[in-house]
Formats: sequence, structure tokens, C-alpha cells
Amino acid sequence: MALPSLTLLGQSLLSGLFIGALYGLLGLGLSLSWGMLRQINLAHFALAFLGAYLTYQLAGAGMDPLATLAVVVPGFFALGALMHWVFARFSVSAFNSLLVTFGLTAIIEALIQWIWTADFRRLESGYGEVKFRIGALYVALPELLTLAMAVALSLLTWAWLRYTYTGKAMRAIAEDAPIAAAFGVNVRGLSLLLSGLSAAFAGVAGLCLALSYTLAPAQIYAWLGVVFAAVMLGGLGNPLGPLVAGIVIGVSEALTMALTAPAWAPLVSFSLLIIVLLARPGKI
Amino acid sequence: MRWHALAGFAAAGIALSAVPFFGLPAFYESFLYLVFHWVVLAVSWNILSGYSGYFSFGHGAFFGAGMYTTATLATKAGVPFLWTLPAAGLVAALFGIALGAVVFRVPRLRGELFALLTLAVTFVLATVVLNTPIDGGPGLYLSAVPLPAIGPSPSSIFYLLALAAALAALWIAREIHRSKLGTGLFAIHDDEDVAEVLGVPTYRYKLAAFGVSCGLAGVAGGIQAMFISYVTVGETFSIAVPLYVVLMSVLGGSRHWFGPAVGAAFVTGLLYAFTAGDYAVAGRAAVGLILILVILFLPEGIFGEAVGWLKRRHRLSATPAAAPVIDVADIPAPAAAAAGKGGGEPMLEVRGLSKAFHGVQALAEVDLEVRRGEILGLVGPNGSGKSTLINVVSGYFRPDSGRILFEGRDLAALEAHRIARVGLARTYQIPRPFAHLSVLENVALPAMFGRGALKRADAEGEARRWLAFTGLAAKARSLPGELNLHQRKFLELARALASRPSLLLLDEVLSGLTHAEIDDAIRLIRAIRDQGATIVFVEHLIRAVMELTDRIVVLSYGRVIAQGDPRGVMREPDVVTAYLGKPYA
Repeated sequence: MALPSLTLLGQSLLSGLFIGALYGLLGLGLSLSWGMLRQINLAHFALAFLGAYLTYQLAGAGMDPLATLAVVVPGFFALGALMHWVFARFSVSAFNSLLVTFGLTAIIEALIQWIWTADFRRLESGYGEVKFRIGALYVALPELLTLAMAVALSLLTWAWLRYTYTGKAMRAIAEDAPIAAAFGVNVRGLSLLLSGLSAAFAGVAGLCLALSYTLAPAQIYAWLGVVFAAVMLGGLGNPLGPLVAGIVIGVSEALTMALTAPAWAPLVSFSLLIIVLLARPGKI
Repeated sequence: MRWHALAGFAAAGIALSAVPFFGLPAFYESFLYLVFHWVVLAVSWNILSGYSGYFSFGHGAFFGAGMYTTATLATKAGVPFLWTLPAAGLVAALFGIALGAVVFRVPRLRGELFALLTLAVTFVLATVVLNTPIDGGPGLYLSAVPLPAIGPSPSSIFYLLALAAALAALWIAREIHRSKLGTGLFAIHDDEDVAEVLGVPTYRYKLAAFGVSCGLAGVAGGIQAMFISYVTVGETFSIAVPLYVVLMSVLGGSRHWFGPAVGAAFVTGLLYAFTAGDYAVAGRAAVGLILILVILFLPEGIFGEAVGWLKRRHRLSATPAAAPVIDVADIPAPAAAAAGKGGGEPMLEVRGLSKAFHGVQALAEVDLEVRRGEILGLVGPNGSGKSTLINVVSGYFRPDSGRILFEGRDLAALEAHRIARVGLARTYQIPRPFAHLSVLENVALPAMFGRGALKRADAEGEARRWLAFTGLAAKARSLPGELNLHQRKFLELARALASRPSLLLLDEVLSGLTHAEIDDAIRLIRAIRDQGATIVFVEHLIRAVMELTDRIVVLSYGRVIAQGDPRGVMREPDVVTAYLGKPYA
């Protein structure tokens, strides 16, 4: 087996870093709602794609892709809060939340297919054209944006949970909601806030998806396994975990692709996930 | 009962296998094929996941293993199609058992973690198949494989095979549901640790259920490979199979063997109705919406809710409400074996037993013995290691070092369910009944799995005896959730007694009871001893300890600090210090 050239290796490491950032961004909301609210939101992926399609639609109508966040983020925040309200109203268990959000995924997927058809859609914006050169390596602006947003949102969430009063209260809820309520924490309000935030993060991830990838409804499921792997590797409810684990997975995938065949890449993330589950199920 | 059911299955089989001969349009045959196909998949999934609560999202992997076994054998090895089906089942079953042998050893890998792990396994298998000569990328064509001619038209064979597989899957699911294996699986569903301690070999049962479940999925895959005649990785290992089987079982009702079949027929019909009308997209959305509504409003599934409703109606009209009064006078006459107070030979010897949790030494070199026929009180302040001792002796925790000799046999190396079978039973301080089993079933279970190893009918007889003994006879058909704390404590007792233990470990049975209830309980415990059982009695309530015990052992910080006659021991300075602290001045 011939080793690929250094440039190629560097380029694939870089692309691993960027796709890892997207894994982390997609995983952030998932990890928060699972770790802190005990809701496994399978529909997170469908929401991200819905956000991507909305960006595609609005940008096609002449809006700047970044400006679409002004519409998508508040809308998704409300959607996430509504979802939590339903879960709380019917006291849905962690496992049942997986089933309910699967149902929701099917509905959103059908909705996307109905509006935008099953054909591939590609957002044509000026962003994709902008490339930077670092030595022999190229970096595209959308990828850089994805990395920046993933890092910024993960760090902000981390700082919020660590340093602010509401953040600490949120962690108390994650630990034991009834006890937190007994100590005067507004469990209902904060849970709604966190659920809304998670969905809003899905909207931001959607923007990044639309900037870098070709969209199709069936692609919703393509991200599921890898992102779950990143979420669990990173530790549930840990805001920095998905990003770090996502980058680890992204880089190892990119190296696998460069050294063997691209089709072997999924093996890395899922093997990592299986090993983590078998080795330390208690930590997740 | 069984012959009636067998006759019913045979009649259904004969009636349905006549369908191809009516000359209906081919459309009906292929639609019914699909229904049976999904019935096999959903019913087989339910055997592990519905019964035991281990929700697998990896059914697609085992289905796919079957598909690729048939495709490979038929195209590359020239094996006749029908002969590939047993192989498909076998490969899938072995794959499942191999996976289970690893996964079921990790205690916390349950619920959503098990679901995700099995899903990940599906993707790993898909990647391996795609990149190795098993598939290699382009997929496998089976169109050249000769099809045996059974039935009036070339495609009838698929209908008949799927029908046979569906009936077989339903029969197997029904037999397991009614067997000891099924009872054990339902206990695992509610509380796996307690099931193990009561004598259910949980590891082997899960493995057996997983093997059967995967094998049936493999056979369904083998038939499907030939039916679609072109096998690809993308279609085979898609997320559709696991999600649809979960959906069908949950919709139909996963606590009953027939529920998933109802769900399978319903969902397949729904999807077909929408595709036929060119609304495939709307069909999937409708399925999603129905799933949400069912989870929110019918948590037991369509079939499960219907069965539950019938049962409730039946119960309301059947059972008279009798007040649960304990009449100790009714207790069976004391067994002749009741050797006088204490003084017997040692029955349980604990030697040098140690157990630490992350640096906290819960038990340190504990030595004690329990003599045949006595009531030994085990006392000590909170956190002194009493409950840990019970957990180690009953096999829930493995000791770090030391020996536990019970009638000459070392328990330290035994699995918990084997300890239950040699005649040791325990109760839990906070009652842990199986929430979805009736009070009667809760008590019958240890009679089936404990030292008695009774058949179901005998076990229920035994259970009724112990329910009468503990004053719960009128509650036999209730669910544990309908009992109050006092009754649940007594249910714990009845459950421990039903395994006919020679040594009974009682962990704070009196805590939380009122004065009158405590008097009842004390009389009950005396009566148990008079029947010949030896008892270790963990309790904080000194009045009860003084009244009941022959000897006591005092633990403090995981060490035995005193033992002997109750009155003498409670006055020893070390014991007083352990309870009340050091005196000043």
C-alpha cells in the first residue's frame, strides 16, 4: 500500500477537522437534551435538515444565508420549547421520547419531501466560492464558518452552565429535577429554555449543512449514527464533549479514507461507539 | 388448552394456504406476503425486546445476515434455495448469540444504550459486507436461482413460505410467552437484579431469547432475498427494518405474543393503502403521526389496551373485596423440624469477607456464623455494612475477598440465581416487586425458579398459600402498584418464602410500618421460624430485635464489633459508642 502524499494527508486531516466540527454542532443540542432533560431527540436531525431547507429557500429568495438565522433560530426555539411541553405534559420516558421523535422525524421527512421533492438541492451562494490558502492546503469559507460556530456555541453553552446562576440551576435539574424544584429552581421554565436552545442549535447546524452539502430528505438518516457516536463518546450533557469527540471521529474517519477506501469510514465511528458502550456504559 | 391452540394454528394455516388456489389477482398474494413478512419480523423482535425490555434497534442486522446468507449460498455455492433458509436462520442466530454473549455481560447496557449499540452493530455489519467479497459494492442478483414450484403460480411459493414462517414465529412466541422462559423474561423486563436474585438465570435467558429472535429474522431475510431477487447493502441494512418492527410492536402491544402481529398487519395495510393511492409520502407521515399518538395515549398498544380493558372488566365483576386481615391463627402448624431456640450447627459461615466501593471499605474482614434454626439479629448504625453483607451473601455483589460457606458450599463464586436455588432468599428494604406482574405472579415466580423449581400450576398453588399466610390472598390479582407500603413489605416476605428457603435474609422489613403492623410482622416472622427456616434479621428497631432474636451481631464501619446474647451485647461499651458516640468526661 502506497502512503498518500503529505499534502493529501494534510488536506484530509483538515477536512476531518471540519466535518468533525459539524458532528459536534449537530451533537450539541442532542447531548444537552439527552443528558439534562433525559429526552433522546431523534428528530434533531430532521430539524437540522428542515433548517437547511429553510435556509436554501430563503437564500434562494435573495436573503444572505447568515441572515436566515434571524428567522430560523427563533422559530426553532419555539418549536423545541413546544416539544418539551408535550413531553412534560404526557411525562414521556427517555425510551418513549426516542419513539415519539422517530415519529416526528418521519413527519418532517415527509413534509420536506412534499415541499422540496426527493431530488437533490444545492444552495448556490457566494460563500462556497471563497477559499483561503494556507501553504499547500485550501480551506473553504463555509467549513471555517462551521468550525467557528461549533466552537463558539459549545464554549458559550459551557460558560453559561458553569458560571451563571441559571446555568448552575440547569445543572441541578439535570442531577435531580424534583430536588432542584424543592430548592426553588424553576424547573419547568428552564427545561423549556434548554429544549428551545437545543432545537435552535439544530437550526444553526442546518445552516452549516446547507452551506457545505447537497440536500436530500433521505440524508437525514446518514448523520444519525456518527453524531450519536460523538454524543456518547463526549459524555451526555457535556457541552464541550460532542465537539471534541466529533473532531476525534472526523479526523480518524478522514485518515481511514485516505489510507484505505472511503467506504470503510463508517467502521471507525461505530466501532468507537461500540467500544465506548462496552467499556464504560456507566459513564454515559 | 395447548391442543386447542394447535388446532387453531393448523386451521388458520390450512385456510390461509388455500388462498393462492382461488386465482385472485397477483396483487393480493404479494400484499399478503408483505404482511406475513412483517409479522415474522415484528413477532420475532418482540421475543427478546418486548418480553424482556431489551429494545434492539439491530433487527436489520440479523435480517440482513439472513438475506446475505441465502444470497451468497444460492448464487455462489449453488445451494438450492429452500436449503439456504435454515442456514440463514442459523447464521443470524449465531451472530445474535455471539453479540449477546459479549453485550449481556455488561450490566448497565440496557434501555436506550442497548438500542444504540445494536444500531451501531447494524452499520458496522453493513460496512463490512459492503467492503468484502460478500457483496463488494454492486449487490447480488438472485434472478438466475431456480425457484422450486409449489402452489399454482410461480410466486405462490413466497406466499406459502412467508405464511409458514409467520405461523411458526407466532407459535414460538406463544410457547415462550407461556413458558418458564417467558416468565423469566417478563421479570427481567421489570427488575433484572431482583429476577436474578430470585433464581432466574438472566444471562442465559436473554441469550436464548436473542438467539430465537435473530434466527427467525434470518429466515425472514432469506425468503425476502429471493422475493426481491436483488440484494444491496443500502436497502438491506437501512434504518427502516428496525424502526418499522419497533413501531409495529409498540402499536400492537409488546407485552403480548400476538400484539406485534396486529401492529404488523395494521402498518403494512396503511403503507400499502397510501402507496396504492400514490400518496407514499403522506403514508409515512401518517405512520409517524400514529406512532406519536399511540405512545402518548395508548402506552400498552392497541392489542395490549384491548386485552387490559377486558381483564379489568372481568376482574371488576369477579373478585369480591375482602379486607386484608392477617390471621396468624390460620398459619400452618409448625414443622416438626423446628429445632429449639438456636444452638444448631452452623448453617452459614462467613469468613474474612471484604468488599470495598471506590475506596470505601463497606465490609472489612467480617467473620460470622448463622446457626440452623436460629434468628440472628444483624444490627449497627446506618452505613455499617448490613445491607452490603446481604447483597454479597445473596450474590448481587461479588466479594473482594473471603468465603461464604452455606451448608458446606462456597457461595462467593456462585451466580446469584444459583444461590437462590440452593435455598437462600432475601427481602429488600424498599420493596421491589415486579411492577407489571400481578401479586400472584410475583409470588409464583420464585416458587418456579427457587429451590422448589415447581411447575406453573403448582407454583401458583404455593403462591396462594404464602399469600394467605401473609394476609394478601384478596389482592392476588392486583398489580403491586395498588398495594400500600405495609402490603408491599408483606409481598416481599411472601415472595421470599415461596422459594422455600432454608435461610431467609430479612432487610429491615419493619421500617415504615405502624405499631400494629409491626406486631403483625413480628408474629409472622416467628411463625416463619417455627416452620423450620433460619432467619437473619436486619433491623434498627431495637424492641423487635430484642423480642425476636436468639443472638445478635453488631456491625460498625464494616467490622463485627460484638456478638452474642442480645441483652448482653447491647450493653457493651463498644456497641453503645457505635450507636450514641463517645461519652464526654
